[in-house]
Amino acid sequence: MEGLLTAVAFLAPWEFSPTVLLLCIGALALYWRGLRHARMAERPSLSRRIAFITGLLLVYFVMQTRFDYLSQHMFFIHRLQHLVLHHLGPFLIALSQPHAILADGLPARVRTKVFERFWRLPVTRFTYQLFQNAIVAPLLFVGLIWFWLTSRIHFNAMLSAPLYWVMNWSMLIDGLLFWFLMLDSRTRREGALLGFGVRIFLVLGTLVPQILIGAHITFADRDLYDVYNVCARVWDIDPLTDQQLGGLITWIPAAMMHVIAALILIGRWARSDRNKMERTSAPSTSYVGGK
Amino acid sequence: MLRFWKCTGAAMIAYGVLSGCTSGESWKTHDISSLVPDLAFTLTDDRGRSVSAQDYRGKVALLFFGFTHCPDVCPTTLARLARTIQATDGGRDDVRVLVVTVDPARDSTAVMHEYVQAFGPQFVGLRGDAAALEALARRYRVAYALGKPDARGNYEVTHSSAVFVFDREGRARLLFSSKDTPAATAEDLRRVILDSSHGAG
Repeated sequence: MEGLLTAVAFLAPWEFSPTVLLLCIGALALYWRGLRHARMAERPSLSRRIAFITGLLLVYFVMQTRFDYLSQHMFFIHRLQHLVLHHLGPFLIALSQPHAILADGLPARVRTKVFERFWRLPVTRFTYQLFQNAIVAPLLFVGLIWFWLTSRIHFNAMLSAPLYWVMNWSMLIDGLLFWFLMLDSRTRREGALLGFGVRIFLVLGTLVPQILIGAHITFADRDLYDVYNVCARVWDIDPLTDQQLGGLITWIPAAMMHVIAALILIGRWARSDRNKMERTSAPSTSYVGGK
Repeated sequence: MLRFWKCTGAAMIAYGVLSGCTSGESWKTHDISSLVPDLAFTLTDDRGRSVSAQDYRGKVALLFFGFTHCPDVCPTTLARLARTIQATDGGRDDVRVLVVTVDPARDSTAVMHEYVQAFGPQFVGLRGDAAALEALARRYRVAYALGKPDARGNYEVTHSSAVFVFDREGRARLLFSSKDTPAATAEDLRRVILDSSHGAG
């Protein structure tokens, strides 16, 4: 019974954010409505649905439970939080390619009159393309990791509630932008912003600086993030152990996810090539007739 | 490419703002004036009176989270603060050190009173219930944790070593950590006392 109470207390938000709650509930509701409206053939597979919901729940969990309290006071938990916000959560959400289902979930009038109009606005297109290209997207992705891990900025972000929120939101939004750009299931011809080759190059290229940042933290022989000593750690572990664990989390799981992303992209590239070859080699009459 | 340079420029400006490189004379200790909220609390002092942050307006307030059974960090920090206050012009009259206990179960009002008196008349012991303490820890983003009691009922307590400095208007100004030298602490404390006496006058 006591264990149950502790678990329930753990799931209560440390700093309640109506924005996070409404966004998560809103996304789930849209997805559910979208699934009900979609025709059988258009419904995503079970694994895609699980990926979407898991990604969303993970993001909610690290932002709106006592996990957030631990993230503020243990460096390695903070690194786990950012692994979820910048990598794992957005990665799973992007992998599930939920756009069509989410759009279907909107009431028809809102979709055509508000959402699609907003999406076609030149300002929206311009802003989207400003960030979603082969130069800015990878720079922003790696730059944000580096920026928030600068000793002094990290110190300030952990002391200031508004700055802390800016940090976490910037990681989440950038994670979503980056992984949606990278894991687009379409080919360039079908409408993806970047081709598979460029995306594989970017996914592996952004891996290198993250390894360097992670290794730099892991092998540092002095305490880089004094704020955890000043404001106290929740668990009494050696500051350098905390820092090394944090460094390893920045380094290894993040790197693994980039490798997984590259493998997924290579697979999709090969499949799209095979489809193209089949289309060009088969006589068009039999292709139509066969169906 | 122009786009890229614009972004870089914006990022560098943001970096400057966030890392706190403001113009003017730099502080020897950590400047927290734009980071930490004003002093606010309602707790019970070591004479059993209900007090709030308002009661300390007009004084430079130093906020510290500790507990009386603390073997090292608290006595060291508080003794150092006592020496700094004695040695600083205006320190004795214009500074109050607010020691908030994170272990209210063992630190009764009487225990707190005896403990803080040992450091000097500028020291005030404060205690509150679990909810008040949690709210205060959340506000100033510090952690505290009570360990499991051993056979003799003693337990470990984790708490912050930070000293938050608030000026006479209750605005957060500086953060002293154990890494700051006594000279740096004394100089910055003197500046806050002078600064805010001008501001008030």
